[in-house]
Amino acid sequence: MSARSNILNKLRAGLAGTAPRPDDFDDKLVTEPWLYAPEDRILRLRTLMEAVHTEVHQLASADWPAKVQQLLDSRNLGNLLYAPGTDHGQQLAQHWQSAGATQDLRAYDRPIEDWKEELFWQVDASLTGSAGGIAATGSLVLWPDRHEPRLMSLLPPLHIALLKASEIEDNLYAMMQRQHWSAGLPTNLLLVSGPSKTADIEQVLAYGAHGPKELVVLILEDA
Amino acid sequence: MSELFYDAAPNATRVAPERSAPRVYPAKPAEVTLFGTCVMDLFFPEAGLDAIRLLEREGLRVHFPQEQSCCGQPAWTSGYVNEARDVARAQLNLLDNGLPVVVPSGSCAGMFRQHYREVFADEPATLKRVADLAGRTFELTEFLLHVCKVQWHDLGQPTRIALHTSCSARREMNTHLHARELLGKLSNVERLDHDHESECCGFGGTFSVRMPEVSGAMVLDKTRSLRESGAAEMVTADGGCLLNINGSLDKQQQAFRGRHLASFLWERVSGEVSS
Amino acid sequence: MSQRIPVTELTDSFRDRAVGALADGQLRTNFRVAMDSLMQKRADAFPDEEEREGLRELGNHIKARALSQLPDLLEQLEAKLTENGIKVHWAETTEQANRIVHGIIESRQGTQVVKGKSMVSEEMEMNDYLAERGVECLESDMGEYIVQLDGEKPSHIIMPAIHKNRRQVSKLFHDKLGVDETEDVNELIQIGRRTLRKKFLEADVGVSGVNFAIAETGTLLLVENEGNGRMSTTAPPVHVAVTGIEKVVGNLRDVVPLLSLLTRSALGQPITTYVNMISGPRKADELDGPEEVHLVLLDNGRSGAFADAQLRQTLNCIRCGACMNHCPVYTRVGGHTYGEVYPGPIGKIITPHMVGLHQVPDHPSASSLCGACGDVCPVKIPIPELLQRLRQENVKSPAEQPQVKDGGAKYSPGERRLWGLWKTLNTRPGLYKLFLWGATRLRVLAPKNVGPWTDNHTAPVPARRSLHDLAKQHLNKGGQ
Repeated sequence: MSARSNILNKLRAGLAGTAPRPDDFDDKLVTEPWLYAPEDRILRLRTLMEAVHTEVHQLASADWPAKVQQLLDSRNLGNLLYAPGTDHGQQLAQHWQSAGATQDLRAYDRPIEDWKEELFWQVDASLTGSAGGIAATGSLVLWPDRHEPRLMSLLPPLHIALLKASEIEDNLYAMMQRQHWSAGLPTNLLLVSGPSKTADIEQVLAYGAHGPKELVVLILEDA
Repeated sequence: MSELFYDAAPNATRVAPERSAPRVYPAKPAEVTLFGTCVMDLFFPEAGLDAIRLLEREGLRVHFPQEQSCCGQPAWTSGYVNEARDVARAQLNLLDNGLPVVVPSGSCAGMFRQHYREVFADEPATLKRVADLAGRTFELTEFLLHVCKVQWHDLGQPTRIALHTSCSARREMNTHLHARELLGKLSNVERLDHDHESECCGFGGTFSVRMPEVSGAMVLDKTRSLRESGAAEMVTADGGCLLNINGSLDKQQQAFRGRHLASFLWERVSGEVSS
Repeated sequence: MSQRIPVTELTDSFRDRAVGALADGQLRTNFRVAMDSLMQKRADAFPDEEEREGLRELGNHIKARALSQLPDLLEQLEAKLTENGIKVHWAETTEQANRIVHGIIESRQGTQVVKGKSMVSEEMEMNDYLAERGVECLESDMGEYIVQLDGEKPSHIIMPAIHKNRRQVSKLFHDKLGVDETEDVNELIQIGRRTLRKKFLEADVGVSGVNFAIAETGTLLLVENEGNGRMSTTAPPVHVAVTGIEKVVGNLRDVVPLLSLLTRSALGQPITTYVNMISGPRKADELDGPEEVHLVLLDNGRSGAFADAQLRQTLNCIRCGACMNHCPVYTRVGGHTYGEVYPGPIGKIITPHMVGLHQVPDHPSASSLCGACGDVCPVKIPIPELLQRLRQENVKSPAEQPQVKDGGAKYSPGERRLWGLWKTLNTRPGLYKLFLWGATRLRVLAPKNVGPWTDNHTAPVPARRSLHDLAKQHLNKGGQ
């Protein structure tokens, strides 16, 4: 523990006789510039998302499974990774059966170690839910859990995410407050604001660096 | 310095100084002191004289204390605090008479207004006098614009000029805004923007001799963008930059030149060509 | 990789390297174009000056609040992380930090490491340390991967390969990976993607940096655009984060303004593609994520800067790179000229605390003090003021007890005497006027060669008469 105590002792010596600075956090500075009328909120989110190549669709909640199927059809994709333990996962599976969709549905229902190679190379697309959206920055909030693991939104080249219109907040601060983030966070909370990208070569923007090459957000207007 | 601290402990964690409110300007005084600066003294004295004439034209009595020398900036920026402090103290003593101090150089004015409080940080008694001096120090264009509220009639031929502002003058004194506004009062003068206008010319005091290659690359770029601006000449309110830019242009054997804004302004409003 | 030149063995000076960089036209163009674009992006991201300035002030206050209780926050962070199942390690030196990281890898019998972008791991020269012990440590950020493949160091903290253009990258990939040459940037990135995805799959350990460590919740927050950071922290069975002790903030809400300042100042983005908040390893019922998460807290000279209230402000830095993007010196000489991990203005003020002024004696003086860096710093570090302070420490004699590691590197009794003469001249009006008289009357004798000044200028010739003279004569005549 000597490194620890050496560091802390040095830091304490530097602060001898001083008091901590008061907490003068002014939430107005991070909220007021980023407030939107209800009718503008989705537009703001959509505009920012589309500016970074996210594909956005607004639709009724009954229609999304068919939309997912259509997205896969139009891209000629062979399979879709889904979370069978979630409501939307079950809804998807039902649709797949009733509509006779041809794409192979693959459930993320085993530890990654059991099928890492397959997950890394052979999954074409994934469908996940989301814990909400942030209009100010055009972001999705992902709250991975045992049913919908972390890598679902990272490994497949196409990531399709569902976003309930009622769960879109104006800004990050509002989202934190509404969902009480400081009271407890999941092992891995994510803000996702577009498909993976890089500008490391000559500042030329290229999509699909390491994560999804495409991100499609389905906004469920009546949910 | 006290505003930098939230409590009295010298080792207390600092926050940035509060943003200063826009400066409130006094009514036009009857008398002022001109602090000529060492660079002007030796290399551009006629511009210093033109500054005096511009002030006199506004009905002011101008004092030029013969005991003045340098504000202390060269030693201060080189890290020689004790030497800088002694020289600064000499100017502080000299300027302690309550008269407004007008400086035809933004960086030297900034030294009085912003840096003397760092130079004398360990002398609480002196800091009061430093604050007093800071409160009555004005860069020339600022003084003409906001204190004298000059109304000029442009007597010169139509011309196009580029304006270069020293970085410290821009940051510490807003000289770029004052100079632009003053030039805007001259009906026959068109101010042209130049490429990377707000970028440093590479002078930086002793930087120009400690890192001559980097400084040289900077002034080469600066002189190129000035020449390519389409302006007939460059004007600046800072002697250091002027020395740097003109010295480089001369070395490059370019005909384009810069001159001190005071001389340019005097020529426009008096109709006289500067001495 | 084995042919590295440790920065500690560089023998040439900043000035020598600057001369080389200035002569490289391609490099000059690459940097100028890139920095112009980054400056524009930042400007566009802050259209409202009031909003920007309010946010900078808030950012400054948040960092100051964190620093004003740094030891307590570090302990709180440690307690919270431990509660969350993340193991915390402390290292005073880079050697200690490397040993800790290597120990973790060894405990898993690991041989392959993938690394997300981390400047602290660059400080540690972790890749080389591990390579020497038989562990392959591969950079996975595209820019970092490119410079590692070429045996180089990053030249910018956000855009590591900004000094290279696509032709140079194409040739590099062709030579090292055996792929066909292509100048299509998309194709080049896809080559990187394929190569690195295999490594993510195989890696035993993932290493990352940290942008903000949140004491309140015990959370490590990382920002990135590529997804390599998420890969490195999610796919391998072990995740080791390394960070400096100054990265801790008190509350979760504190990161709201800091994030906005960081991404807008760095690349002009409202937010990065990914904001990755890690608060624990995989839970028993979860299907992925690392089984172990470690955090290594590194000092490496930071506590030295912390000891002095003025220099402590250096530790406000959130590593956005805006200071270098706006620096006229950096733009012209590029990142490698600085010879150390952190280039540009932030490098000049932080490196002395890490390696000592004797190793970077020119760092404080390689600036015109133009102040562009301080104007754009999102957390309002008074960079020019700190450069000036480091110059003071740099010219102190040993007896004056410099307060920065290896201070007094530029102490020179000769130069001190010259400034003494300058002081005498400028504090004795009689002498000063005599000097003016001599300089103006003997102006024809002014030297044509005045040292380095005349490399770039003709020699300045004093005027015929000084302003003292002209003013006296004018005012004696009654002015006007």
